[in-house]
Amino acid sequence: MSSKLRNTIGNTFLFYLPLILLFISVFNEFDFNYLNYRYFSFNFPFILIFYWSLKRIETLGYGYIFVAGMFNDAVLGFPIGISSLTYLIICGFAAYLRNITLRPSLIKDWLYFLFTISVANSINYFLLISFFSIEINYYKIFGNIIFTFFLYYIFAYIFDIYRAIISRIKT
Amino acid sequence: MATSRDDFIIAIRSAFLKKGNKQRFSLIGLIFFSIGLLIVSKINLPVTNYLKITLNEVVYRSSFIISVPEKKIQIFSNKIKDHYNVYNDYLSIKEKLNQLQSKKYVTQFLEEENKRLKKTIDEYIYNSKEIIAKVLIDKNSPFLKSIIVNKGSKDNVKLGMAVLDRSYLVGKIVEVNYSTARALLVSDLNSKIPVGTEPGNIQSILSGTGKQNGKIEYLESEVFIQNESIVYTSGSGGLFKSGVPVGIYNKKNTEEQTVTFFSKLSQLTFVKLISFEEDSN
Repeated sequence: MSSKLRNTIGNTFLFYLPLILLFISVFNEFDFNYLNYRYFSFNFPFILIFYWSLKRIETLGYGYIFVAGMFNDAVLGFPIGISSLTYLIICGFAAYLRNITLRPSLIKDWLYFLFTISVANSINYFLLISFFSIEINYYKIFGNIIFTFFLYYIFAYIFDIYRAIISRIKT
Repeated sequence: MATSRDDFIIAIRSAFLKKGNKQRFSLIGLIFFSIGLLIVSKINLPVTNYLKITLNEVVYRSSFIISVPEKKIQIFSNKIKDHYNVYNDYLSIKEKLNQLQSKKYVTQFLEEENKRLKKTIDEYIYNSKEIIAKVLIDKNSPFLKSIIVNKGSKDNVKLGMAVLDRSYLVGKIVEVNYSTARALLVSDLNSKIPVGTEPGNIQSILSGTGKQNGKIEYLESEVFIQNESIVYTSGSGGLFKSGVPVGIYNKKNTEEQTVTFFSKLSQLTFVKLISFEEDSN
């Protein structure tokens, strides 16, 4: 009985792991900034949202993504709604790719991810600069986009393994 | 041609309008809601301000708890670095201590003399109210350099208060909630502080660069600042009193000029929030 219960709790935790990771990452912004490597930073929520919107949106859900965006704005001190909008734009791009893809390929997803985060970041910073007069370092944004893009490949690989484990548990 | 356009429209419609399995909201609905929120934040309605304060209170506390493991890693990494540098640090500290001991008595005399002279010419003497605050979150985000402290309006924290680490200026309060506040650090791109450099009392503006240093702006072209001049607040604008040390001016060549802050902004744990008021006496 006890082991069954532990198993259920463990499985539930495993099923909701991407959602938990999303909330931890928006609260914590773990991007290894404290290592003080010049221009090194990456946006983990972008990777997480794009991957799961593309592969299995039920895991995260648009409502939770919207709330995570609001939390991210509060943590970073951005106007409320801006990160939600950016995250949802990423979801939109991923959903479009999901609808038109017959044979998924990681390389194609990866390149499309670069296009998606470039557009999402452009909209985000255009709004911040034009409407909220916030100054931004463009080199750092560029660095952030590039590192997020490169790390997507690694994380997508890890998430693929995780999805395989989950589907095995389900069956 | 028409078929591919139709496919595109169908894919877009399906992506944005269709609610998937177990989805309560459509994507387009939430996008419009986000845009609405942004417009409301821009208008700055009192109701939204209260909502924002409540959200900030909850998020800051949660973020503090969730950031604990990362902070532990950070502390551990700093400890290793400190152990590695301990001997070199010891030598430089020993030399600095000798220099400071010789300067201490001269400074004491100058302070007293300065107070007497200020009284003679009826200059304001500032009285400062100090609040010690703990840094809850130091989001060293690439885009915004700010910290969240555990004191808010209930502790009489006010907008524009100076944030000091020991006696060095590190930022100012830009957002006040009930029990927390956000301080914009001097290294942020949006931070502009009126400063004076000594020797010479050259007035200028210190801007953040988004990195670990600042730069001097709005300086007259013929004015020359000596290398390793000390940067103090000038007191212009009345927000901070004059003479709060901020950093040291480094000039590598005519192009590259930076201000290295005295305080290590990525390692703040406790800070002083100070408002300067004119002394009634």
